Amino acid sequence: MSKERLARYSLAGPDNQAAVAAGLAGGEWFRSDIPRKRMKELMRRSDYPAVRDTVIWLGLLLLFAGLGIALWGTWWALPCFLIYGLIYGTADSRWHESGHGTAFKTRWLDEGLYQLASFMIMRDPTVWRWSHTRHHTDTLLLGRDPEIQVMRPARLARLLANLVGLVDVPTAFRHMLVHASGRLAAGEADFIPETERHKVYRTARIDLLIYAVTIGLAIGFRSWLPVVLIGGPRLYGAFLFNLYAMTQHSGMGENVLDHRLNTRTVKMCAVNRFFYWNMNYHVEHHMFPMVPYYRLAELHEEISRDCAPPYPSIWAAYKEIIPAVLRQLRDQEFYVRRELVPGAAPYHQPSPLADGRARPLTGDSAAAA
Amino acid sequence: MGEWIAACAAGDVDPEDVIPVEHDGQDYAVYRSPDDVFYATDGHCTHERTLLCDGLVEGRVIECPMHNGRFDYTSGKALGPPVLVDLRTYPAKVVDGTVYIEV
Repeated sequence: MSKERLARYSLAGPDNQAAVAAGLAGGEWFRSDIPRKRMKELMRRSDYPAVRDTVIWLGLLLLFAGLGIALWGTWWALPCFLIYGLIYGTADSRWHESGHGTAFKTRWLDEGLYQLASFMIMRDPTVWRWSHTRHHTDTLLLGRDPEIQVMRPARLARLLANLVGLVDVPTAFRHMLVHASGRLAAGEADFIPETERHKVYRTARIDLLIYAVTIGLAIGFRSWLPVVLIGGPRLYGAFLFNLYAMTQHSGMGENVLDHRLNTRTVKMCAVNRFFYWNMNYHVEHHMFPMVPYYRLAELHEEISRDCAPPYPSIWAAYKEIIPAVLRQLRDQEFYVRRELVPGAAPYHQPSPLADGRARPLTGDSAAAA
Repeated sequence: MGEWIAACAAGDVDPEDVIPVEHDGQDYAVYRSPDDVFYATDGHCTHERTLLCDGLVEGRVIECPMHNGRFDYTSGKALGPPVLVDLRTYPAKVVDGTVYIEV
């Protein structure tokens, strides 16, 4: 059962076409009703917040890298590089927001940050742009969403190993080598248009060259320092962004067309919101991806009448996530289904298939849709 | 030559905004640019079937509300991934306070 169910996540598997046939893929998602005038206000872009935050973020990276270099050879370098690595890992949230094109008003600033953050987080900017596009079209649909982090049953060893990048980094290098040879990795052809693929091959060759130079410098100077500064943080600094990211969808409903059923909003302190770029407002982001990160708190107020109460803290979210994911090891139809606030618009479940349990779409159940 | 249809009143569209128009089962989007010129395009994004009227108009660009794909609505030109196919445009004109589009 477990292996069969895990196979259903493959984009090359039968659930892909079954989701299309059942009308789940590319389906109509629930959206709260917000007056157009207010939505326009919320969608409006400004350069100032993201320029300010990016200057601070890059400044912190330079500060802790500089301290680490200055203290290299002493134990004091360790905490400096630990902080540097954790901040380096939060390139994940910069990659995400700039990939949507919502961080800045000025396009080249978005694109510049996107390219830098993609390199830091070891994601090909083209592959992951299209992957994330699909994630938004078909969030947590089996066989369709290439970005499901916690499956049912969860692959716990992989999840834990990935807290220090031990899955992502080898995968990234394997994909870089495949891309550099002019090919796509398995499943990627399902969401990357032909006309975009040459960019993937070119970026992989550039990235491999940068990493080769980094490793060459490390060997030449007989020092780990170059690797600790470039590439290495994707391993030793991966914990924080994974801690944030696993709150988004873990243990929630699959094959639904309502982000309130498959996504969490978690209250976080100002420091965490800075490093996560407000993606703790994740229901809001999925429902209205046009709204820039610095307006999500306002959007949260607008749609809270339709949602379940937000989790009050990261700790509160994990108190639910960990037992839910463990229960899904033996009961793969279980998922966290939250109570909406009184008066909220009811959950949007256009068919019995969209009830969150993600039972097989093939056969009788698909026909029933 | 297409048929000119009355799409909406000019006052229905705010400057730098878009509204949906439906005619004969077809969806169109009618835009009013910041310099008060009216334009019309297909109502759906060319990437996926999302209505553009829920998107953001900034200057001469409409941004799709689903994946943030951008088009120049005056020419229909797709401005980069995830939109790769240009948007079909339609001639538009204002006569006596009514916006007409040629479909």
